[in-house]
Amino acid sequence: MSGTRKLRKPIPGVDAQLLIRDAAKHLPDPTRRFFLRGGASLGALAFLTGCDIVDGPTAESVLQKISYFNDRVQGWLFNPNRLAPTYPDSMVTRPFPFNAYYPEEDAPEVDKDDYALEVGGLVEEKKTWTLDELYALPQETQITRHICVEGWSAIGKWTGTPLREFLRRIGADTRAKYIWFRCAEGYSTSIDMATALHPQTQMTFSFDGEILPRKYGFPMKVRIPTKLGFKNPKHVMEMAITDKYLGGYWEDQGYNWFSGS
Amino acid sequence: MTIEATQSEIGTSTDRPGVANSRGGTIHPAWVRLTHWVNALAMLMMIGSGWQIYDASPLFPFDFPSGITLGGWLAGALLWHFAAMWLLVVNGLLYVGLGLWTGRFRRKLFPIRPGQVVADARAALSGRLSHEDLSVYNAVQKLLYLGVILCAVVIVLSGISIWKPVQLRELTALFGGYDAARYVHFFAMAAIVGFILVHVVMAFLVPKSLRAMVIGR
Repeated sequence: MSGTRKLRKPIPGVDAQLLIRDAAKHLPDPTRRFFLRGGASLGALAFLTGCDIVDGPTAESVLQKISYFNDRVQGWLFNPNRLAPTYPDSMVTRPFPFNAYYPEEDAPEVDKDDYALEVGGLVEEKKTWTLDELYALPQETQITRHICVEGWSAIGKWTGTPLREFLRRIGADTRAKYIWFRCAEGYSTSIDMATALHPQTQMTFSFDGEILPRKYGFPMKVRIPTKLGFKNPKHVMEMAITDKYLGGYWEDQGYNWFSGS
Repeated sequence: MTIEATQSEIGTSTDRPGVANSRGGTIHPAWVRLTHWVNALAMLMMIGSGWQIYDASPLFPFDFPSGITLGGWLAGALLWHFAAMWLLVVNGLLYVGLGLWTGRFRRKLFPIRPGQVVADARAALSGRLSHEDLSVYNAVQKLLYLGVILCAVVIVLSGISIWKPVQLRELTALFGGYDAARYVHFFAMAAIVGFILVHVVMAFLVPKSLRAMVIGR
């Protein structure tokens, strides 16, 4: 809430905190972020701590700092050689659930002939890649568990090129901190280099033996079985190797950035 | 009567602080009181945010009303959950560590005799169970306190296996895989909430027990 700081300047006759809370009531949930509405837990916490720490900017900034700390802890816990469990073909969840922040019919339509993957940032070769060029890269298949931040999980079968193989071919500086992805409809996310170089992190072109359908991210998604589902971007149009923290669509709204499994 | 007699025998044979209590000494040392209330706060935050997280993908055909959850929406609840977990785990390790090291667990919670549990449960349900000496736990209390400590261990381990099913895949497998670990985590929560309800009701029925947990005597 960028307006928060301005509102905190005392305005005669206006209680800034109440004003913020009233305004927050009218915002949709994602915009309201993790501000709290009343309720038993809130009351009990305020009672126990003797202060109203669970609402407003103070709680928000403290929780966000702990979330950044948790990013570092997870980076430290991450073992680059540890593989996500794999499953037999018979265990693939069919039909595989569609999940996004838009309804299925609104999934972006990317034209296969116009598609050109942009590669930027700290790389030697900044050319764009057509779909035919990408399809010509060596491919592998993995059957792994997709775990959603909401809690549910499903097993899928993804085929594509290991991202680390692609990074090698484009001469990416693997000492850089992040890889940032931009998607067709404006979605974005970013991951740590260690995860990008993990053997199961994949530029995916097929799902369950067929060219990646539109609903699962045509023409390319990035499959990362060591991270939660929202860190697996669909309809990827651009990737950049960077030292700059660029967050992402959900990360900027309060979801933990590392979100490693 | 017979029950109280048996109880006081157990008290004298297993509980040294009971003697101190008769001299007006401390029932709960400061570290027990401190970790108890920090734990109460951490559990309130973990359960409230956990309910909000559950609501994003319910395991059963019900969800928790937003008025009793913490975090406002999924991202907020996750931030609370993964912040409060540090408080819960650090405080819990301190409590269990000191409980083992000082011998308090051994003195207060053991032995638990099945016959005594049945007898004390009967007495409790008919309102004849004495709470005269707070420094001595009856057999039902011992069983419940030990049970909730075990539930705490299960809820933390199942929670960690939901959080890190790849990095700690052996632990997750121990719970029967990722999906099963979610159910274990839920049922451990339900057991702990059940304990808390009984525990809070008992604290108000025997107010001096609440006082002892605040000021020690």
